Amino acid sequence: MVLLSAIITVSDVHKAFGSLVVLNGIHVTFEEGKVTTVIGQSGTGKSVLFKTMIGIMKPDHGEIWYRDTSVTRLSDIELIELRRSFGYAFQGAALFDSMTVGENIAFPLREVLGIRDRNEQRRRVSEMLEWIGLPGIEGKFPAELSGGMRKRVGVARSLVTKPDVLLFDEPTTGLDPVLGETINDLVVRVNKELGLTCILITHDIQASFRISDKIAFLHEGRIAEEGPPKEVAESNHPMVKKFIENSFSLLEV
Amino acid sequence: MIVKWAVGVLEELGRFVLYWGGTVRGLVRRPFRYWLIIEQIEHMGVKSVPIIALSSMAIGMIFALQMIALLRPFQAEVITGMAVAVSMARELAPVITTLMLIAKNGSAMSAEIGTMNVTEQIDAMETMSVDPVHYLAVPRIIAAVIVFPVLTLLANVIGVVGSYIIGVYVMNVESAAYLDQMFTGLTPIDVISGLIKAAVMGYIVALICTYMGFKAEGGAQGVGNTSTTAVVTSSVAILIADYVMASLMMGWYF
Repeated sequence: MVLLSAIITVSDVHKAFGSLVVLNGIHVTFEEGKVTTVIGQSGTGKSVLFKTMIGIMKPDHGEIWYRDTSVTRLSDIELIELRRSFGYAFQGAALFDSMTVGENIAFPLREVLGIRDRNEQRRRVSEMLEWIGLPGIEGKFPAELSGGMRKRVGVARSLVTKPDVLLFDEPTTGLDPVLGETINDLVVRVNKELGLTCILITHDIQASFRISDKIAFLHEGRIAEEGPPKEVAESNHPMVKKFIENSFSLLEV
Repeated sequence: MIVKWAVGVLEELGRFVLYWGGTVRGLVRRPFRYWLIIEQIEHMGVKSVPIIALSSMAIGMIFALQMIALLRPFQAEVITGMAVAVSMARELAPVITTLMLIAKNGSAMSAEIGTMNVTEQIDAMETMSVDPVHYLAVPRIIAAVIVFPVLTLLANVIGVVGSYIIGVYVMNVESAAYLDQMFTGLTPIDVISGLIKAAVMGYIVALICTYMGFKAEGGAQGVGNTSTTAVVTSSVAILIADYVMASLMMGWYF
């Protein structure tokens, strides 16, 4: 069933690698214009879920809908079109290290949108860097940037094509709390100022409770709990309770 | 045990054939990114000139030295120029050039793509709907097919110059006789066959090394291992390919 407000609907998706079952009949919906966070332990298939959502991986069974289009039934050519609606901010930023920051951000302009005019590319790159708060670093190489800066440039590269949905893969992992907060604020800005649907996968449970409209808890290849943060916080599911209690007790310590 | 090994080999072969198919499709598919080919030609070709010049000069000189030592007792040292020129054109220049380029560029190709693979840069391309094989492998393959024969031609010239220096100035062979034998014995087909071999070898090297890069996994060690495998596999592959091509071309020389 596809909800009217849902931009993405994942329905009974299964995915296994050999004998390792990663997604085991997962059902979840992502609403348009909202921030949704998928939480779960390491190795529970969060990244696999993202990759099946944009058609990089095919599920073994089940269906994924983007608006009223079945992603799982699209041809390779149609998937190329579909992916233009998505931006993907990688855990390690995944910037092309042989290119400068400017070239990295211009890459999807040239390759995805087909903008060949160098001046137009420069204008858009500079606008994007200004927006993420890193003006004037076009000429730097990724190796010259801090972890937080790389992640922000990664977000800028994902945003430059003006997608409808931005996927964040572990956006704060490996950053200190202050830098992590900067990235969380950026997620909120992307959602509020640009109106994008933001979907995150993260271990940062405190931040996810603060910035998300909805949280989905992934456990053993299925969604064990989903709903607004307040509802999830009061969940009776033993693994969800344990995960939340451990995270918040760590914060108190 | 043997069945499992055979299945593994067949699976790997299947993956390689699929990859090859992807590169063939990439050769005719748009967009045609000519600037990436130029970049690779510069990186692979221009920057390899010193090492190819040095190695072919050394080979030409050593070969001349040995040939003269061997032929002098029969007073036949004047044919050294021809022996060196023909051997360089048909076999030595393409093989030595290819082996040097595998060491310098093949390993780099595999390591560059491998590093991009383990740091999710390839995934990033895919999420942007850019086919990594089309963007990364195809320009390298086209560049290799152009660069390998050009550098082989250079190796031919420098190797012959090296042999002339040793023959005429060190071993005192008569210059006119040396050159006369060289130009009598060397035919265009010798040079052309060597250049064809170099182009085929360039294709094989680029195909194997880029494939290995896409296979890399597991961080720096994984990238190192696949680069080593790429160098070894492509070196063995070009020697086998050279034997096959030499057998097929043998009729051209008579």
